[in-house]
Parts: sequence; C-alpha cells; structure tokens
Amino acid sequence: MSQKIATRTAYGAALAEIGGNPNIVVLDADLSKSTKTDTFKKKYPERHINVGIAESNMMSIAAGLAACGKTVFASTFAIFASGRAYDQVRNSIGYPHLNVKIGATHAGITVGEDGASHQALEDIALMRAIPGMTVISPADAVSTGALVKLAAEMVGPVYLRLGRLDVPVLYEENTKFEIGKGLTIKDGKNITLIATGFMVQQALEAAERLKAEGISARVIDLHTIKPIDTEIIVKAARETGAIITCEEHNIMGGLGSAVSEVVVRNAPVPMDFVGVEDQFGKSGKPQDLIVKYGLTPEKIVEKAKALLKRKK
Amino acid sequence: MDGKTKLELQMTATKIRKGIITAVASAGSGHPGGSLSGADIMTYLYFKELRVDPKNPKDPNRDRFVLSKGHCTPGLYSTLAYRGFFPVEDLTEFRQVDSYLEGHPNMDKVPGVDMSTGSLGQGISAAVGMALAGKLDSKEYRVFSLLGDGELEEGQVWEAAMAAAHYKLDNLTAFVDYNGLQIDGNITDVMNPEPIADKFRAFGWNVIDINAHDFDEIEKGIEGAKAVKGKPTAIIAHSVKGKGVSFMENDPSWHGSAPKKEQAEQAIAELDAYLAALS
Repeated sequence: MSQKIATRTAYGAALAEIGGNPNIVVLDADLSKSTKTDTFKKKYPERHINVGIAESNMMSIAAGLAACGKTVFASTFAIFASGRAYDQVRNSIGYPHLNVKIGATHAGITVGEDGASHQALEDIALMRAIPGMTVISPADAVSTGALVKLAAEMVGPVYLRLGRLDVPVLYEENTKFEIGKGLTIKDGKNITLIATGFMVQQALEAAERLKAEGISARVIDLHTIKPIDTEIIVKAARETGAIITCEEHNIMGGLGSAVSEVVVRNAPVPMDFVGVEDQFGKSGKPQDLIVKYGLTPEKIVEKAKALLKRKK
Repeated sequence: MDGKTKLELQMTATKIRKGIITAVASAGSGHPGGSLSGADIMTYLYFKELRVDPKNPKDPNRDRFVLSKGHCTPGLYSTLAYRGFFPVEDLTEFRQVDSYLEGHPNMDKVPGVDMSTGSLGQGISAAVGMALAGKLDSKEYRVFSLLGDGELEEGQVWEAAMAAAHYKLDNLTAFVDYNGLQIDGNITDVMNPEPIADKFRAFGWNVIDINAHDFDEIEKGIEGAKAVKGKPTAIIAHSVKGKGVSFMENDPSWHGSAPKKEQAEQAIAELDAYLAALS
C-alpha cells in the first residue's frame, strides 16, 4: 500500500508553505492541533488567530478581516463550519462574496469514534446552495496541497472539505489540478464512477473489481463540486451511458445531486448513488463505519452491476 | 464643541431624519424607529469623526463603520447620502427592485457601506475582524459599530465582546443604541439584557454612558474611547426610539413599519419646523 496521509495534514502543510504571503491570516476555534493549522502557527504565530470555542464568531471575524483585504483561512470541524456557523457563512461571507477559505476538517463518517454529532454528512448540500461559494473536496494529500494553493490564489469564498482519516496518496507530486475541472483518473467505456474525497480510492478499487468481471469502468475524481465540471460529466454520460456517484455524504444534496442536475439537463442516462442513505452516523472505528454505511468498493460494484441492467 | 459646529450637526441630523422618513415612506416598509434613535450618532460619526472620502469609498486607510443593527439602513443610507456617497434623491428608491439600496446593507452595492449586515450579532464580529486587520497591519484607522440594545440578546455579540477584549482592540468602539424597545416590546419584558454596562465591563471593555441625542456627549464618548489603550470601548448611548417624530417616539410599533402618506407628511412637517427653529 502506498503512503497514507490525512487531507487535513496536507492542508496544514500547504498553509505553512504559502504562509510567507503576509496577506494570509489563519483563524481557528480551539482545534488547531486537530485541523492542523498549528503547522502554520509554528511558522507564523502572529498571523494565526485563535478565537476560542466560538465558530460563528470566527466566520464573521473572518469576513471583517477579508473586508480589509486579507486572504483568510478559517478552520474548524466541518460540522461546525457548515452547521453551527451556517448563517455566518451565508450572510457574513457568502452574500458579500468575501475572500474567506473555510478549512473544514473532520468531514464525513470517517471521523469515527466521536460519532454522529461530529460527522458532517450534509455540508456539501449546505455549502453548494450558497451562491458564489466554491466547494472543494480533495481525495488525497497531493490534490489537497495543490487545491489549497489554488484556493488561496483565487478571490472569493471557498469551502474546503477535508478528512481526519489517513488516506492513500493517489497522485504523483506535480500533478496539475484546476479548480472546477475534474480528472479522469481511469478510462472506461461501460459505466462511469464519479467520486469525491475519500471515496475516489473506493471507486478506483471498485473499477479494478469490475474489470475482473469484464466491465470497463471510468473513474472521475470530481474534487470540485461547485462550480461543477459540466463537460467531463456530459462526456462521461454520452460515452459510457451510466453513472454512479460515490460520496461520504448524505445521498441527498451532495455530489450525487450535483451530478444529477447536470445529467438530467444535458444527457440523461441511468444513475445511482453510493453514499450515506439519509441517516445520521454513529461511533465506531472508521473502517467499521465505512462497511456499516456501505461506502465500500463492494457496494459500488453491486450498484454498478444493477445499474448496467437499466442501461439501454 | 463650539456652538456653530453643534448647530450644523443638529441641522444635518434633522435633514438625515427627513431622509429616513422619505426612504421608509417611499418604500412602504423599513425600520424608522431605530434609524431615528441612532441618527445623531451616525451624523456625528460621518460629519465629525470618520476619516472617509465619498470620492474614494474603498480607501484602505479609512475609518470603518459597521451597522450591526443592519435593519436601520434608512438611517445609514440617509447619512451616507447627505455625506455625498450617493444622491439624496435615490433614497426614494429604497427597497425597490431596481434599486441598489437594499433593505439591509450590502457592501458590494452601496458606496460607503463597509460591511453587509442584517443577521443580528454578525456585524460586531466583523468589526472585530476589521480591528484585528488594523492591528496586524499597524494601521491607524479606527472601527466603529452600532448595535441595537435588543441585538444584545444574540449570543454572538458576547462572543465578539470576549474576542475584542482578549485581543485588546482599543481601535474598536461599539455604540449600543439603548432605546429600551424591540419589536415585541420593552427589552426588559422580552428578554432582559440588563445590566448592559456591567456586562461589557465584565467582558473587559471600557464603558462610557452618554445621551445619544447630545452631540457634546457623543464627542465625549468617542474621545474617551480614543484615550483608553488596551481595551475596546462600549458607548452605552441612552436614546429615544423614533426620536424627532412626535408620534413615533417611544412606540415599539414603529420599529419596523412605515408611515402612511399623511403620517409621513406630518413627520416631515415636524422636522421642517425644527429645522426652521434651528436656523
């Protein structure tokens, strides 16, 4: 197995790397050791501001700093960033389109033992519903590093969905990424698996298993959920005729919904969704939760084979 | 303050109050009560205190003002219009579909608006962020915010208060428009935020009590805030909701409702009479 690094760790490392830019300010709400913004803090303590356990306040403070020209990274767990502070993200940051990057770590069920109260499974839905919000959900450490840097260079609000769990490194260093452009990481012609975040590795594994059964599956890493890459989705729909989305999120409102919106408008084909089936998570070891909630290559294979029967 | 300066401020504030009535009456909706109670504070800030330039509203070195009680746009817009940020005539387009004068402040659309607000409690946090940015950049600018007394019921205000004291933001001054009324009635009946001054003191702020309708006192409050180092200042501004329009004073029903045509005419007539008496 390749090296494993959590995307939150790559986030902290990327912040430290770009921190030489004196315009960058990092905010945290008493979780800097978990969100890994402490990596930035060690190098640039004067530009790391801890607001204490007050996530809502943090988002509006971030807006004030951004209104004075700062590029702000505001970090906390995804559940608090998107849930507790939703109104602040919407009204203080989203509405005036301020230059705040929300570093939302510990997204999804792979948070593990902390359980349902700490497992954001609706954050993609909430964030992508805010006009002008860019939503990024990287699959590994390399793409996280690249996308964090690109987010810092663009002007406007960005939601960065990051994980707690150590996950395999999928990309070579120096791979080119572009915000808003998905990557076809495995070509195929019978079906397409569109995945985001940690589910990209599960989709790759599923594609290998499908190949053993004679099914050629394309795998797309849709690291940017908004703005969505319409071109890559429509091409996949037309060329493979069936799409399965794979996400560590409620199947309502997230990647599956975003891809469906593109497919039904441009190239309707049969689709199915792998994700958490409209329920809360629970405590458990991440690997056990992945199995319990069906975020496995086996589940993707099962749904893919069923979907192929619906394909014309 | 010399008599001439004070008289000019009083006349300007009265014109601004007329603008408030005009805007709200034209829209047929909006928030006159709290706009009128905060009018003298906003007048003093924009005509005496703030280093702002209507020709260069985004000057990075300017002083900032955040209307945390964002519903009081009639007061803010009227003040900005008379200060020259946009034409006074535009006030009649307030809240109309083709107008840039949104019901709540929008920093991207309205020249002179420093922060988009409307969801109570968020503006003061944004002002904390602006004050932090000023400290980080060693800039001289000061940040002012105006909060409602009812707004103090929002928990976020106290998160912001804690952060402002923690980071020793002596470049931040928050006015509390202490008119004692909110939509559903008296603040002490709805959800008592008292004792307000003691709360800010306990959170580590310098606190100054003033009469919100006395320009000497507003000046005293601001100069007092500037003199204190290492602490933010809360200016508890004792005010009259609906100040300047007889039938609106101390009546919570004017928090968020517009005068009908005859009522607006009466209000304008009262303000004109006051203006005539001043001059």
